[in-house]
Amino acid sequence: MNNATKEVATVDTPTSEGATKKADNRGVVLRALFYLLVVAIIVFNLFPFVWALLSSFRPSSELFSTKLLPTVLTLDHYAAVFKDARFVAALGNSVIVAGSTVVIALGLGSLCAYALGRLPFRFKGAVLYLILTMTMFPTISVLSGLFVMLKTLDLFNSRQGLILTYLIFTMPFTIWVMTQYFRSLPKELEEAAYVDGASPLKVFWDILLPLTMPGLVSTGLLAFIQAWNEFLFALTFTVTDTMKTVPVVISQFSGSTSFEQPWGSIMAGSMVVTIPLVILVMVFQYRIVEGLTAGAVKG
Amino acid sequence: MIKEIDLYARQKRLAWFLIMPSVIVVLLIIAYPTIQVLVYSLLKYKLDGVTPPSFVGFDNFAFVLSDPDWWSAVSNTLIFTVVSVALESILGLGIAMVANSKFKGRTLLRVAILVPWAIPTVVSAQVWRWMVNDIYGVVNIVLTDLHILPQKIAWLATPATALPVIIAVDVWKATPFMALLLLAGLQLIPKDLYEAGSIDGATKIRQFWAITLPLVTPTLLVALIFRTLDALRVFDIFYVMVGGQGNMATMAVYNQQQLISFLDAGVGSATSVIILIVIMLFVIMYTRFSRTSFE
Repeated sequence: MNNATKEVATVDTPTSEGATKKADNRGVVLRALFYLLVVAIIVFNLFPFVWALLSSFRPSSELFSTKLLPTVLTLDHYAAVFKDARFVAALGNSVIVAGSTVVIALGLGSLCAYALGRLPFRFKGAVLYLILTMTMFPTISVLSGLFVMLKTLDLFNSRQGLILTYLIFTMPFTIWVMTQYFRSLPKELEEAAYVDGASPLKVFWDILLPLTMPGLVSTGLLAFIQAWNEFLFALTFTVTDTMKTVPVVISQFSGSTSFEQPWGSIMAGSMVVTIPLVILVMVFQYRIVEGLTAGAVKG
Repeated sequence: MIKEIDLYARQKRLAWFLIMPSVIVVLLIIAYPTIQVLVYSLLKYKLDGVTPPSFVGFDNFAFVLSDPDWWSAVSNTLIFTVVSVALESILGLGIAMVANSKFKGRTLLRVAILVPWAIPTVVSAQVWRWMVNDIYGVVNIVLTDLHILPQKIAWLATPATALPVIIAVDVWKATPFMALLLLAGLQLIPKDLYEAGSIDGATKIRQFWAITLPLVTPTLLVALIFRTLDALRVFDIFYVMVGGQGNMATMAVYNQQQLISFLDAGVGSATSVIILIVIMLFVIMYTRFSRTSFE
C-alpha cells in the first residue's frame, strides 16, 4: 500500500491538473463527471464478483425467485460445498499442483535467468528470443502430444503429470521476467565481490538472489495465479474425482437434472477459490502490476 | 589479467550449468510434444489402445478442412477475437488514462480493475452464466423490469445472443490486463510534452491525438499481440458457458473434443497444427504492421 500511495504523489497528468487549477464551475462539473466515470469503472469491474458473493449467501428459496435483493443470508451453501468430498479433494489438489509448479518454476527458472541476465555465453540472444516466443506458445497445440506422453510416462490422471505440464506456461514466463530483474541490478555489486575472490555461484547466492526477492515474489504470485486458474490441461489430463483441480470441479457441479443447477453451491465454491486470490491481489497489488508489466513493456 | 580470463571461463561454464535444467525441462515438455504432434497429424491414430497407428498422409487435414463444425469454430474464434480485442483496447486505454490521473481513491480503482483479472476464467464464466440465467438471472430481471426487454431471453441458447454474452465476459475479464499494460506505457510519456502542448494552446483532445496516442502505440501493439494470441486459443469461457453445442465451439474447443470425445489423436493433432499456423500468421501480420508503422 505504501508503494501505491507514493506513486499517487509522483504521477501527475493533464486531466487532473486542468480540473484542479480552474476553480470555476466548469472545473467542478468536470471533476464530478470524472468521479462518475471512476465510480462507473469500479462498479463495472466489481459488480459480477459482488453479485456472486451475494448469491452465495442467499437461501435457495430466494435464489430461485425473481427478487433482486436478499432478505436473509445463510451459510448453507458453504456448508454444502465443504461437505462435498469432490470439492475438498479438488481444493487440496489445486494447492499441491499450483504450489509445486511455482516452486519448481522459480527454482529452475531463476538459475536460468541469472545466467541469461548476468553471465556471458554464446547464443544468449537466441536463447532469450526462444524464451520470449515460448511465453506466447499456445498450449492447445501440444495437447495430444502431452496426452500420449503422460500416458507413456504413467503420469496421466496424476498431480505429478499436471505439475509437469504446468511448467509449459510457468517456466518461460518465470525465466523471462526474472531475467529482466537480474539485468536491472547494478554491475558494481558483483564486481566488488569478484575482486574479493568470490565465485560466480557465491555471488548469485549471497548478493544477487536476496536483491531479486521482490521479483521472485511477484513472479511467484503471477505463476501461482496462472497455475491455480488453469483449466484446459486439468480437464484433459485428469479423469477421477480424486485428481481433479478446483476449476474442473466448479465447471462440473451439477444438480439432479441438467435443468436444475445448484447455483448456490456453484457460487459458494467459486467464492472459496476466488477470495484468496482477491486478498492476494489487494495485498500485493503493486508487486503484481510490476510483474505483469515487466514482461511486456521493458521487453 | 590471467585471473580475469579465468573468471570469464568460470562464468561461462557456470552459465551452461545453470541453463541446462531449464533447457531439459523445456525440451521435454514443449519441443518433444510439438514434434510428436507434427508426426501424429500424419497418422491415423485412435487412442482406443486397439488399432495400431498407420500413416495416412494429409487425410486428417483434409477431414478437418472439410468439416463444417471446424469452419463454424474458426468463424466463432475470429469474430470473438476481433471484437473482444478491439473493445478491450478501447476500454483499456480509457481506463488506463483515468487510472493515470491524480485523484483520491486511485488505489481503490487499481485494486478494482485487478479483481476480474485475478478471478479464475472458469469462475467468471459460471458467475456470468448465473447472471444471464434465463429465469433467475439478474440481467433478465433488470432488463425486463426496466422494460428494455419485452420478455426474458435464454441468452446462451442460440449463437446470435450467446456470442455477444461471451464477448462481454471476456471484455470484462481481460480489459484490466490491457489497462495495466497501457498504464505502464502512459507513465513512460514525459510530462513536459503535455506542458509544452498546453502552452501552445493545444486542447486536451488535440493532446490525446498528437501526444498520448502516438507515444502509447508501441505498448498498445505489444498488448494487442498478447491479447490476440490469447483470444485465438480461447477455450475456458466457451467450454463452460456453451459446452459441447456443435456450432458454438472455438478452434481450441474443437481440438479438445477431437482428442477427448472422439479419442482421435490424428485429427486432434492436425487441428493443433492448423491452429499453430493460424496463430503464426497473426504474429507475422503484427510484426509486419508494427515495423511499417515505426519506419
